[in-house]
Amino acid sequence: MSISHAPPQPASDISGKERPSAPGPAPGEQPELVALVPSSSRRARVPRWLRRTTGPLLLLGLWQLLSATGVLTSDVLASPETIARVAGDLVEDGSLTSAMGVSLQRVAIGLLLGTLVGTGLALVSGLFRIGEDLVDASVQMLRTVPFVGLIPLFIIWFGIGEAPKVAIITLGVSFPLYLNVYAGIRGVDSQLIEAGESLGLSRWGLVRHVILPGALPGAMTGLRYSLGIAWLALVFAEQINADAGIGFLMVQARDFLRTDVIVVCLIVYAFLGLLADFVVRTLERLLLQWRPTFTGR
Amino acid sequence: MATDVHRPVTGTPHRADTASQDTAGTTDTAGSTPTASAPTVVRVDGLTRAFDGRPVIDRLQLDIRAGEFVALLGRSGCGKSTLLRILAGLDRDIEGTALVPRRKAVAFQAPRLMPWKRVWRNVLLGLPGKPERAVAERALEEVGLSHRSHAWPKTLSGGEAQRASLARALVREPDLLLLDEPFGALDALTRVKAQRLVDELWQRRGCAVLLVTHDVEEAVLLADRVLVMDDGVIAHEQRVDLPRPRDIADPRFAALRTGLLERLGVEAPSAAPAAPSKAA
Repeated sequence: MSISHAPPQPASDISGKERPSAPGPAPGEQPELVALVPSSSRRARVPRWLRRTTGPLLLLGLWQLLSATGVLTSDVLASPETIARVAGDLVEDGSLTSAMGVSLQRVAIGLLLGTLVGTGLALVSGLFRIGEDLVDASVQMLRTVPFVGLIPLFIIWFGIGEAPKVAIITLGVSFPLYLNVYAGIRGVDSQLIEAGESLGLSRWGLVRHVILPGALPGAMTGLRYSLGIAWLALVFAEQINADAGIGFLMVQARDFLRTDVIVVCLIVYAFLGLLADFVVRTLERLLLQWRPTFTGR
Repeated sequence: MATDVHRPVTGTPHRADTASQDTAGTTDTAGSTPTASAPTVVRVDGLTRAFDGRPVIDRLQLDIRAGEFVALLGRSGCGKSTLLRILAGLDRDIEGTALVPRRKAVAFQAPRLMPWKRVWRNVLLGLPGKPERAVAERALEEVGLSHRSHAWPKTLSGGEAQRASLARALVREPDLLLLDEPFGALDALTRVKAQRLVDELWQRRGCAVLLVTHDVEEAVLLADRVLVMDDGVIAHEQRVDLPRPRDIADPRFAALRTGLLERLGVEAPSAAPAAPSKAA
């Protein structure tokens, strides 16, 4: 609005060389204009993956710096350099890769079984009221028992082979999946179910086309929690009576006071966890692209 | 059940008992107005639906003939949406008789598209057999949405989503189309377009339509017959025999609207019409 008023006043300014004496903005004075920068030019063009890796890399740099300056001694924590060398050795003699293979297999089997049990129970109690009455109370009760506390019992039941380790992971994985899938099913918009009914969907059609897709975001959240718990359960399970796997490698290293090997194992755990997270992210991107939610700037 | 004797526009007075077949003076000015001989697609007799012992629909009578466009008006909470849900088969806690065609479809106030299905899959949802995509494309073309066929529902505008919802209803080739305030959530301009679209689709398809609305103007604009629901029954019935397409500036239109508004308990204003925003 001020722009349309502008012409007369500056003209008199130039000729008269007289500033308006009033402290407030004079009717014809040009207010200060601020350029609105397009968001695309303001944002740094750093690829997403690079931005995501910067944080951990900075942390690593700090660690190396502390080790090099002697603030962090090697019997407390080995330097990244040493750890990289030890990791190379462990990979070369095959002990790390075989341990990773064993651990991965345990997690995979446990995760698979836990997913089956967790989603299966969630479907039963989510879809049927009778199922809810039978299953939900029991699961909610068992959920409060710390699953790590069951390790001694599992060893008595399943011996000291693979079975108790897989069982512990299965147990840990089942609960978060159950809770989230169940909540997901019960959180499906009743209006959509009604619309599905009015479209003539059968009961199974409703489950397949409305309820299950609607519960998928919940299931994905559950899967994320489950993966985190799966690694946790793996660490616990492998530190007891294991003769192979990353946990076994760690227990051995502890006995020989090898902090470098321990850190290598921890890094492997972290790396595997990151990998699992990446898998879930990819799954979410593929399966949940329909979701009208905020994805961040 | 006592119903009022309405004031027909044509001047030939006849009883409008909703239970009886409307035999006498159906003046066929609108061309597509169904004749009295058309078969009945909805027959409701002595229908009662109570919530916690309080009847919302109380021994209601209603007949809709094939190809007829009926608008159902009523105050908020008078049970008009309940009636529609019953006719859609979504509410079965009823007493009395309610006969509806096997092929019926509903469009709700919210489009209620499945967000996890692309538009064309939404349109085909629930159809028997394995229908081809072309079936959906045809229905979407009819509502002018073929270019959005592959889109996710989240990317549709309000009007587009409502059109997709209409396509989903029409692809079922219904004998009865139930519309539950389908224009209620649309902005004024989109609503005018959507109303015209429904008018066109109805004339082309020739299915019976029951439109639940609280907009008197919309009812008079689209319907052959406007019903006013009150106290759980059809309290008033008004034939609309104006030629189509209807002009809201027509004095007969204004008279009908005023009469219906009075029926709904809104006194005729001294000057301005109730909804000036929808001038065609």
